Amino acid sequence: MIAPQRNTHHRLLDNRLADVEQSSFVVELAHFTGPLDLLLSLIRDEQLDIYDIPIARIAEQFLSRISGLELDEAADYLEMAARLLRIKAQMLLPRGEGMETWEDPRAELVRRLLEYQQMREVVDVLERRGEERRHRFSRSWIPQAADTVMAVVPLSLTLSELLAAVDRVLRTSKEPTLHEVIPRSLDVMGAMTTIRSILALRRQARWSDLVGRDAEPWQVLSVLLALLELAKLGELRVAQAVPFASVEIRRDAVSEAA
Amino acid sequence: MTPLAKLLEAALFAASRPLTLEALGTLEPESSPAAVSSALDELREHYDIDGHGVELIEQGGGWQILTRAEFAEAIERAQVAVRPQRLSAAALETLAIVAYRQPIGRAEVEEIRGVQVGSVLKSLHERGLIDVVGRSEGIGRPLLYGTTSQFLEQFALRHLEELPRADELAIALRGAGAMAIAPGTESGTPVTAINTAAPVDAVAAGVA
Repeated sequence: MIAPQRNTHHRLLDNRLADVEQSSFVVELAHFTGPLDLLLSLIRDEQLDIYDIPIARIAEQFLSRISGLELDEAADYLEMAARLLRIKAQMLLPRGEGMETWEDPRAELVRRLLEYQQMREVVDVLERRGEERRHRFSRSWIPQAADTVMAVVPLSLTLSELLAAVDRVLRTSKEPTLHEVIPRSLDVMGAMTTIRSILALRRQARWSDLVGRDAEPWQVLSVLLALLELAKLGELRVAQAVPFASVEIRRDAVSEAA
Repeated sequence: MTPLAKLLEAALFAASRPLTLEALGTLEPESSPAAVSSALDELREHYDIDGHGVELIEQGGGWQILTRAEFAEAIERAQVAVRPQRLSAAALETLAIVAYRQPIGRAEVEEIRGVQVGSVLKSLHERGLIDVVGRSEGIGRPLLYGTTSQFLEQFALRHLEELPRADELAIALRGAGAMAIAPGTESGTPVTAINTAAPVDAVAAGVA
């Protein structure tokens, strides 16, 4: 009854080792997936009848094995150890005359072991089918995070739109001086003060309100950085209905309420 | 090939996930479901008989064009595509339990596996293999999980019933005729949890 599971176990073990090497999913530190796995392995190794487990012997072996294992989730194993010891104690209690009324203290454990073993058979099926499937590729198979299927929609943009946008930005500034490098640092703090004072008067403003027609490139950059900084501080919100639309700057409702 | 078969081929090529019969049917509103089915058969035979490198597979609740298994190694060696990573034993165990017992809460999975499964459930959820399908009526209204179509796809299953029934497994619980675990009856939709009270008596009887 238990024999067909033997090869399976080795196969699972190989997989576990492979997992350790790949180590990006849940890695089992121990070679067992849990106390029931360990228990089944002991029963198999000793070729015991699952319906008549010599509980004292198994409990002793279980304890010796878990003391030897470096277990991350020792609690699960300790709980099983305690359960085994309790069953062992119950087995020692005198049974009295009425044997019919005696309830085998091992029954619940046997049920769980069988259930677990049945599940492991299903694991074999899944493993086999999963392995077959891994040998077939579909178009753009996504190995991980397949639930995040929200594909990134490429930005639809023509070259002329891009050039027009560049043109709009540059038109707000004077012809840049090409041959002279003026060491002029940006005045972000100053731009922040300006934006704050504008928003103090008006609920919302537009980019063109903040940057004058004859602004120097350093002024354009200062305003941009100031806007981002203020947005980060939560003092305002920057919105754009569609790409390349005029940027709207609004006082943040939250900071307004505060 | 008929025009419909060509149209289906184009759609199946464009899609990265299996397409259901309904989805394929919407491509040509004039076509009947029977016509779509026979066009699929035609396409499959076309691939099989002419010896193509791809084949038409029914899985994950739909149809999909996949490369033939014999080319997997060469494709991977050339790094044209990468095989999905194998699941760990712990993940497979958890997945098996969810597949057979869905909808199922974390505590029940832990009861069967004998270990804590919070992080494994999270990983499976992140991989899209399981999803939250509801909440239990119990204390704290814990989340209930079920398998997804992605699960069927990754294990080349047409539907959940393709998994072996509990009585087909070698280690069936004897007596009482009770199935300890049984696959769901409808693919995609969660099914009522199977009652497992009976096996305890069965085991007790076996021991006595």
